[in-house]
Amino acid sequence: MTTNIIEVKNLIKSFKDGPTETRVLKGIDVFVAQGEFVAVMGRSGAGKSTLLYQLSLLDEPTSGEIRINGKDTHTMSEREKMLFRLSEFGYVFQDYALLPELTALENVALPLYMQGTSRVAADEKAKAALTRVGLGSRLGNLPSQLSGGEQQRVSISRAIAHTPDILFADEPTANLDLESSAIVMKIFAELHKGGQTILMVTHEDEFAKFAERIIKIDDGKIISDV
Amino acid sequence: MFSLLNIRVGFYLALRQLRRASRWTTGLIVFVMLLTFLNLVVVTGILVGLIEGINESYRTQYTGDVILSALSTKEYIEDTPSVVAFIKTLPHVSLLTERYQTGGTIEANYLTRTSNTEKPNATRAQIIGIDPVAEDAFTELATHVIEGEYLAEGDYDHILIGNYLLAQYAFGELPGLTPLKNVSPGTKVRLTINGATREVIAKGFVKTKIDALAMSIFMPAAELRTLMGRADQNVMQIAIRLVPGSDPDAFKKLLLDSGIGEKAKVQTFTDSIPNGVADIKKTFAMLGNGFSSIGLVVAAITIFIVIFINAITRRKFIGILKGIGISGEAIEISYIFQSLFYAITGSAVGLVVLYGFLVPGLVAHPINFPFSDGILVAPAFDTGVRILLLVLTTVIAGYLPSRMIVRKNTLDSILGRN
Repeated sequence: MTTNIIEVKNLIKSFKDGPTETRVLKGIDVFVAQGEFVAVMGRSGAGKSTLLYQLSLLDEPTSGEIRINGKDTHTMSEREKMLFRLSEFGYVFQDYALLPELTALENVALPLYMQGTSRVAADEKAKAALTRVGLGSRLGNLPSQLSGGEQQRVSISRAIAHTPDILFADEPTANLDLESSAIVMKIFAELHKGGQTILMVTHEDEFAKFAERIIKIDDGKIISDV
Repeated sequence: MFSLLNIRVGFYLALRQLRRASRWTTGLIVFVMLLTFLNLVVVTGILVGLIEGINESYRTQYTGDVILSALSTKEYIEDTPSVVAFIKTLPHVSLLTERYQTGGTIEANYLTRTSNTEKPNATRAQIIGIDPVAEDAFTELATHVIEGEYLAEGDYDHILIGNYLLAQYAFGELPGLTPLKNVSPGTKVRLTINGATREVIAKGFVKTKIDALAMSIFMPAAELRTLMGRADQNVMQIAIRLVPGSDPDAFKKLLLDSGIGEKAKVQTFTDSIPNGVADIKKTFAMLGNGFSSIGLVVAAITIFIVIFINAITRRKFIGILKGIGISGEAIEISYIFQSLFYAITGSAVGLVVLYGFLVPGLVAHPINFPFSDGILVAPAFDTGVRILLLVLTTVIAGYLPSRMIVRKNTLDSILGRN
């Protein structure tokens, strides 16, 4: 029997701009099982990234319930959320989000240091994660010395080095050429094969096909879940 | 907040940010800290040093470490020879000099004066009788001769004139002091002491910033004694220089305990300096601290702006750090470490400049104030306190802006939303 790692009920997110309130998510219900690779699709402004931010605890929903690993995130303090993001989640951002003054190895090792891992052990894990994505020879390079595809692979390494429960990816191929995108998706597919839960936002059909389940959103509502 | 883990990660981030920051930017911030440090230390140090210069001049050129003078009820130190003999037996004494002192009048151009209604070219002066060799050994008076020559052993009818008594070196006329005009080395002048008049030659001019000496005339002690009509050997002053490192207060106590206080007034050089000088020193120290405080505020604002701009431009990365689970405290600590680096490096460079160049430089070449040779006073303890102040201020100024940015919403920071 598979357990749900993410459970979302009636999730609403609104933004206020003066007297105007814009509801971006209009009562989302979704469940993600452990080990699933889910692609969230939709046109621009449909609310797919907003959904990802709520689920990954980077943002606070207006109402509704989010349970991660059975824990109600609504009752968590900021510190608990930070610790949750640090140990349970991995993030891959559209623009890689690497720290420019840290080398590839240091970028990957940083969250491990924050978890209290020793310097040597963290560096070893980071090295292994970078080697896994084919960057074993670029450990000492700064982000500015890497191509876009390589930077995104560093970002993936950082997201998986601490073996998180869930990997969140926000349009990971949006800034990449076709070749680099294919490499990134291949890495995701391999991670999924290894049992990694992945929730990926994308607007590209050909990459969504790598997922085993595609949720389509439009106007803040799920319109299909296949 | 200051958990070991946060400190460790904060230090890790700070180290890498500093290592890969623009060297020009880092250099500029450190330079600002250096200037702030110098402003903190040097402004007060110069103001205090200006007065300290007066004190030091008094000590080296006049009083020595301890000075004995006639009691207020007497005109001289009684039984001077035995007092001197006793002092010379004491272990800490390095040098001493004996001086006669009396008031008198000095007049120039009296031969060319055409009528009794013409204002005489004369002034009142303190006349000091010295042993030229002993006095020079003690005060290096010869080095202060700016025109003419110093008195030689055996000189008679020769005098040295202080600069305030000479129109060409004086600041102008003061009440009771009308500087002499048209006097140069070799000029004959007339001294009148206790009604006795004697024509002497101005052998040299002495320039000093100590008023008491600048308004004095120096002549051989034996001759002055004759002019004063004195047959004894009792002098008005005995200045004593102690072996370096000796405590003048302890020596003064020793003299008082030996009963010399009954024959002479015993003072350390600090006792003998007029009270006003100490008051001015305190006032200048306060003024210096005031100026330094302004400098400290300016430094705090500078660091605040630098860190704020740094944090603002790195807001996205701060958001990312928080997003991937790095604690806000660790990020704040990284900015504290950076501020510490700027303050400590600036202070370290400042210490090298201060003790390597400024202090020895100003000892060798004091600032030429009209009334003092200004030095730079920077005691190690005071400097340490100022460094601590600078570091504390900088840390606070660096912490506040980082906290402001770290507290912003994580997602807004990542997405660059306001």
